[in-house]
Amino acid sequence: MTVLVDSAPVQASRRRSARHRRWLAAVLMGALAAAFAAAMSLGDFPVPLSGIVRSLLSPLTGLTDRGVDFIVLQVRLPRAILAILSGAAFGLAGITFQTLLRNPLASPDIIGISRGASAAAVFCIIILGWSGLAVSIGAFAGAILTASAIYLLAWRQGATPYRVVLIGIGMDAVLIAIISYIFTRARINEVQQAMAWLVGSLNAARFNDIAVLALAMLVLLLALAPLLRNLDPLELGDDTARSLGAPVEPTRLGLMLVAVGFAAFATAAVGPVGFVAFVAGPLARNLLKGAGRGFLHAALVGALVMLVSDLVAQHLLPMTQLPVGVVTGACGALFLLWLLMASGRSGRVN
Amino acid sequence: MTVSHQLLAAGLDLGYGDRQIVSALDLAIPPGKLTVIVGANACGKSTVLRGLARLLSPTRGAVYLDGKPIHQMPTREVATVLGVLPQSPIAPDAITVSDLVGRGRYPHQGWFRRWTPEDDAAVAQALRATDTLELADRPVDELSGGQRQRVWIAMALAQETDLLLLDEPTTFLDINHQVEVLDLLTDLVRNNGRTIVVVLHDLNLACRYADHIVAMKAGKLVAEGRPSAVITEEVVADVFGMTSRIVVDPVSETPMIVPIGRHHVERAPA
Repeated sequence: MTVLVDSAPVQASRRRSARHRRWLAAVLMGALAAAFAAAMSLGDFPVPLSGIVRSLLSPLTGLTDRGVDFIVLQVRLPRAILAILSGAAFGLAGITFQTLLRNPLASPDIIGISRGASAAAVFCIIILGWSGLAVSIGAFAGAILTASAIYLLAWRQGATPYRVVLIGIGMDAVLIAIISYIFTRARINEVQQAMAWLVGSLNAARFNDIAVLALAMLVLLLALAPLLRNLDPLELGDDTARSLGAPVEPTRLGLMLVAVGFAAFATAAVGPVGFVAFVAGPLARNLLKGAGRGFLHAALVGALVMLVSDLVAQHLLPMTQLPVGVVTGACGALFLLWLLMASGRSGRVN
Repeated sequence: MTVSHQLLAAGLDLGYGDRQIVSALDLAIPPGKLTVIVGANACGKSTVLRGLARLLSPTRGAVYLDGKPIHQMPTREVATVLGVLPQSPIAPDAITVSDLVGRGRYPHQGWFRRWTPEDDAAVAQALRATDTLELADRPVDELSGGQRQRVWIAMALAQETDLLLLDEPTTFLDINHQVEVLDLLTDLVRNNGRTIVVVLHDLNLACRYADHIVAMKAGKLVAEGRPSAVITEEVVADVFGMTSRIVVDPVSETPMIVPIGRHHVERAPA
């Protein structure tokens, strides 16, 4: 039944949304480029913009300057790339969970998945005496195990969002207890090492870690793309999604796997840097004003938050470098309070 | 609408877990008509609708869409023929009206098929039919209850299905908005030949708007047919456990139920 109707208003509305999405993505990319330039330039040894460009192009042009190249290419570049990649991964993990569970509080750092990685890492460091890459692998396994446990415990003819959130929060409390218990049995230097891991930092940025994270993210993005289409109906509630013919449980399980993957790989690379996953989605959505789902924008916001937080962590206090997790934690806590107060007024957090 | 699709339930048992709600239901939905399901709270009327909509699997019996068991058909294929508006659909935060209505196009879009002019036309048509075209850019959470309900119906209309099932679409609406929604559903049946099944609370509105009324009690079908033929004082007493008088609706000449209650005595008709 194609009755001729003037569809111009609908087209116009759709185009306005698309324009706003593109414009916002461009602004965020611009901001990210500026933050990247600042990250490459600032430090005990400031490098001017021209020096950065020359250094970055030196493998192609052959114009080298050993001292500057070392600082730019070996110290600052891996750190900035790791910040961008892990920030984007946290942002995607956060917005996927928040959209899927229809709750802005339901990011992996709130519903226990990051805590699972932390508990596993603390176990590896203190009980097993591991360090380095082995701890990252342990943390990755911890995140996956915790997510599976939450999903299985929440399953009752389907894992409804509400049950996943509640069980996740309960799981988080149990894991905190486990971490505390392990700490009581540890020697002080082990506790120090474990605490450093728990805060999360970009100090140990190596190109190897970056390559693993980048490859994992590529695979996860390829898995995410087709699932996003099914998220459209899923956002309207399970019954509506089923009546629109969407595969509800397979989509939900697939998206959870992808989101856990993003969170786990990012956590393994930089530690459970708090609140990046939590703030990226709501910030992106606020900026979008209803013009889309904002996955790309959440990834950009996550990268930007991570990179800027790391800049602040490095340069806020003279002579002292803070771990990036301290900055994101402090800002994220304020954001959480603001979100709770704002949603208390409008009643949106369900 | 060119083809009329057939929806019927045969020997249908429905329930949640061990709790059986509906038993041995036989029901044929008349094509091109507005069917209204009524009954007291917890009589299983919403459960029947969910069963017919393949949202709930039967424990026994089956629902047939054009002669095929609906639970065995590809769900996407069903979605191009049968649309459902559940009782409490969720609008994502800050979503705009046109985005929400556009999501009704999901079953018509494939993996590689992008948004087309037909999709725009279907959305525009659905917005026009529900008189919400001027709201296209507005966020859904800023609308009034009546507007929001019309937008949700538009979402189901954008799906362009011949069959449309709605679970209590007038609950929480003021009386004027209730009438507005039921008028709209009647337009859809009369003008487009759609087949619509609605669960309603208000018995008088049900009698006025239904071409075919289905009265249920404790998971069983008590009566079905034209309201003026089936809705009697005995049926109301049976279904709602309430004594009443039935008079003729002065506007539509359909049955109108006047409850009696404990504090009033029935006076002889004047």
